[in-house]
Amino acid sequence: MKKNKNWFMLIAIMLCVLLIGACSGEEGSEANGEKAQVIKVRINDDPDFLDPHLATASISFQMILNMFEGLFAPETDGSLTPAVAESYELSEDGLTYTFNIRDNVKFHDGNALTVEDITYTFNRLMGAENGEPLSSDFNNVASTEAPDADTFVIKLKEPNSNFLYSLTALQSAIIPASNDGNQNDNPIGTGPFKFVKYTPGANLELAKNEEYWDEKLPYLDKVTFVFQSDDQSALMALKAKEVDLTGVPANRLAEVENDFTISKQNNNSSLIVTFNHEKEPFNDLRVRQAINYAVNKNDIIDAVFSGYATPTGSNMSPAMGDYYKDGLQDVYARNIEKAKELLAEAGYPDGFSTKISVSSHNDMYSNIAQVVVENLREIGINVEIEVVEWGIWLERIYFGRDYDMTAIDLTGRPSAYEVLNDYISTNDSENFFKFKNAEFDQTMADVLKEADRDKQIEMYQRAQEILTEESASVYIADYQVLWASGKGIEGLKSYPFWFHDMSEVRFTE
Amino acid sequence: MAYIIRRIILFVVTMVLVSLITFSVFQVMPGDPIRIMLGTEADETQVETLKKQLGLDQPLYVQYIDWVKGLVTGDLGESIRFSRPVTELLADRLPVTISLALITLLIVVIVAIPLGIFVAKRQNKLSDVVLSSATQLGMAIPSFWLGMLLILYLGMNFSFFTISGYVPWTQSVAGALGAILLPALTIAIPQIAVKFRYVRNAILEQLRLDYVRTIRSKGITEKFVMYKHVLRNSMIPILTIFGLITAEVVAGTIIVEQVFSLPGIGQLLITSISYRDFPLVQGIVMYITFIVVLINFLVDILYSVLDPRIRLN
Amino acid sequence: MKTLMSHAKNINLVLGLLILLSFLVLMILSFFYTPYDINVMNVANKLKGPSSEHWFGTDEFGRDIFSRIMKGTQTAFFVGTLTVTIGVIFGTLIGGMAGYIGGWVDEVFMRIMDALMAFPGIILALMLVAVFGPGIVNTSIALGIIAIPSIARIARSGFIQHKEFEYVLSAKLIGVKPFKIMFRHILPNVSSPLIVAASVSFGVAMLAEAALSYLGLGVQPPNPSWGRMLKDSQAYLTSSPWYTYAPGISITFMVLGFYMLSNAIRDIMDPRSN
Repeated sequence: MKKNKNWFMLIAIMLCVLLIGACSGEEGSEANGEKAQVIKVRINDDPDFLDPHLATASISFQMILNMFEGLFAPETDGSLTPAVAESYELSEDGLTYTFNIRDNVKFHDGNALTVEDITYTFNRLMGAENGEPLSSDFNNVASTEAPDADTFVIKLKEPNSNFLYSLTALQSAIIPASNDGNQNDNPIGTGPFKFVKYTPGANLELAKNEEYWDEKLPYLDKVTFVFQSDDQSALMALKAKEVDLTGVPANRLAEVENDFTISKQNNNSSLIVTFNHEKEPFNDLRVRQAINYAVNKNDIIDAVFSGYATPTGSNMSPAMGDYYKDGLQDVYARNIEKAKELLAEAGYPDGFSTKISVSSHNDMYSNIAQVVVENLREIGINVEIEVVEWGIWLERIYFGRDYDMTAIDLTGRPSAYEVLNDYISTNDSENFFKFKNAEFDQTMADVLKEADRDKQIEMYQRAQEILTEESASVYIADYQVLWASGKGIEGLKSYPFWFHDMSEVRFTE
Repeated sequence: MAYIIRRIILFVVTMVLVSLITFSVFQVMPGDPIRIMLGTEADETQVETLKKQLGLDQPLYVQYIDWVKGLVTGDLGESIRFSRPVTELLADRLPVTISLALITLLIVVIVAIPLGIFVAKRQNKLSDVVLSSATQLGMAIPSFWLGMLLILYLGMNFSFFTISGYVPWTQSVAGALGAILLPALTIAIPQIAVKFRYVRNAILEQLRLDYVRTIRSKGITEKFVMYKHVLRNSMIPILTIFGLITAEVVAGTIIVEQVFSLPGIGQLLITSISYRDFPLVQGIVMYITFIVVLINFLVDILYSVLDPRIRLN
Repeated sequence: MKTLMSHAKNINLVLGLLILLSFLVLMILSFFYTPYDINVMNVANKLKGPSSEHWFGTDEFGRDIFSRIMKGTQTAFFVGTLTVTIGVIFGTLIGGMAGYIGGWVDEVFMRIMDALMAFPGIILALMLVAVFGPGIVNTSIALGIIAIPSIARIARSGFIQHKEFEYVLSAKLIGVKPFKIMFRHILPNVSSPLIVAASVSFGVAMLAEAALSYLGLGVQPPNPSWGRMLKDSQAYLTSSPWYTYAPGISITFMVLGFYMLSNAIRDIMDPRSN
């Protein structure tokens, strides 16, 4: 009989465990009246750096933009609004920017922001003191000056209509001179939330900045970004109220649709299947067009994004508002016959063999590649899929440019110029397609000298047309990010780049 | 004594070779940690500045010697990806992996020993065949699939289980158990499937020995024989086997932490390999292999103390 | 008692062979025929549950899962065979030399093998795949390297035992070259434990490939791999739970087949064990 007792004990232990679990299951929800203004937001990965001048990954800015401000702040529609700078003036020749600095701005450590801090910020970015610049965005800056306590002046070498876009916290967050050397361990800024604690692999905790210059904001007392790379777990966490806001993969939307608020965001990325323009046969426009006619965007959108994506026809998403050129998405409507004709004209009546190299860090890429392989088989092009690790992809394909075809999503930026400048033939670091078009280069050079916004828009739209005409890539879509949030959360804003702006968020129930 | 000294020398040699293999594998591994961290948005200027700061320009043997010096003094360097000391990162993750490993061991012991005794007492019945098939099935099922099935059948039906991440014990004991139990079961089930047969075999071996026959012939009850003598004498081989399980459980945590998104050492290892975060990966690999080699070493020594015949091999 | 033992043994042999032969038949068949083209997509028909047209349902691209499982046997046998071949050839070579020559050769080889065995298999696999890159051949090479040490140990003990035997000593005496003694004379006599080890390695390789594919580093599309299918199915675990069974059961049974076979071989060749 002894053995039975053993089993009994085991079952008893299990039961106890389950009971304890059942009793203490409900945690964290505040029963007495007002809901605590505390939010937990799920993020896919750790930030690369907390120091805003070192950080480059969009995932970092998604979080840290809550702590930092630049002279300007990006808006949800892609425009700019004053932040640390209250107003500015531009000289006639378009070279001298004079910023009037806001008065009552304080850093998180309690010290008032001074023009010395702004000078320090730009000196650090430009490497003015140690010769180690942290950014190349300010190569065009001739000099900076602080004539009085409320004024900061930047002089450019050449006029640049896009310059103000490099003055947001994405590229030049204002940080205090007194925190030099500590910025990554103990980041200090002027944003609505201040740094509390970073636990690598687990979370980043922020707290309300009580002395924020905009006295109404923020509403939340505490923001925790929880790192969770796995979607499955993230959904479970959402259902268990362990997180309040998370991205949801499109194929799982049905599970959360009813119980949570769903918001869809065109994330302003350009998902492309692209080619190495210097390699045969992709140096032939007709081959690129044939591929464009053959690839079935709708299949990719359905199979890989469960339909939650907006088809694009050039390197810009409708999320960019006025800058976006509509209609280009229909230029290469699927047409196998036309594709075959073009291939034959180009001298490949029987197609050819090539290779598409994609990264393994997200299944999205190899899934897209599988559809592309099937589509191109129909016009006789035989494509082999090569999957490499992300690090190898960056080294060999993105920076090494040793590839035939690839698939990638180009991350969205607030500035139309930066969305399109990848294709400028002299932009060595980003033009991994090796795209070269004189008219495109000229348009992009002209737009920097153009002060009038309407004319800028016209030029940016022309640039998009050129990319379509030249079949620079196969522009697939801007896939939507689906956010699920607990009911009763309001004030969430959607930007044309990765940013979880928590400044106006609050719980209402 | 000579045996133990030889074992100690072997232990050191193995660890030196392990460190050499680890170091050289990461030297030939393609991929640049800075590029991976900064991705496509990297600013060339910044890449150069960061590379300078990391100072990876020394000759290889100097780097290796520096690294080994660090290992010995407990300084594993600084992670590239997280800009934190590796030891600090390990300390953060260790509680998760240790809890997982301990709970797994506990489950294996609680289930496998009674099960082994149960089976030994019913030797040569149909159950033997069934159980031997169960053992093989337990070894054949991919652990991550088992984890997925447990999520599907238990995790989604009982709110007690959290399928995402980890809850510290200090915060909620039930919460921690809810997070750890399913992953622990995932590792434990195949281990139980294999290990209960060791228990059974150890007991059967004892039952065949003369002293058991003698005691039995004296008319002492079967139950008394089982618990007073057989079980006690079977404990030595059983315990050493469970020592060895520890190594397998440690290895098992790596993939299971991935299935259940537990922020433990295994998960850190996998992300840091993909990030080519050399100081961190090398630190973790050395740490895990050290534990495995140490356990094997201790088991060997223990065995040789308990059973001097072993030393002849 | 005797009959029961042989009964159990036969069950392993019969079941093991039955499982492996069915997979083998499926594989040979898949070279000539699958119910559907494994790559043709029909996105409108995606993630349909099992039916008479699609026995195991369709995947997220609307491809027939049964056909892909069939084709997956090719991948499985390819990875397993290449892995085991690498493991057995190099393992026997290293273990044989260590055992036969002895002395410092033995010491050096076996210490390296010890060190390799100190790594948990999955860690070594991750490290090697990071060096070689993912893909069907690279994965098999990495797994083959991991299989070497355990096979080397088994080969070594066999060679140590046999090098003192009469037939070896007399061969030496008449001046047969050492290499010939090792592989013409000793190897056939120590092959049975090696066959058992190879059979086990086959199963282990399949599990390791599945684990690597689960982490996104194993066999890559469009090669259908059961491990990769399992990984893909996890995204649909709640909405289409049936998706996970076909690849999961295929892996489990294939591995089971090899384990049963190896146990049966061991019992037949060495009745004293167990």
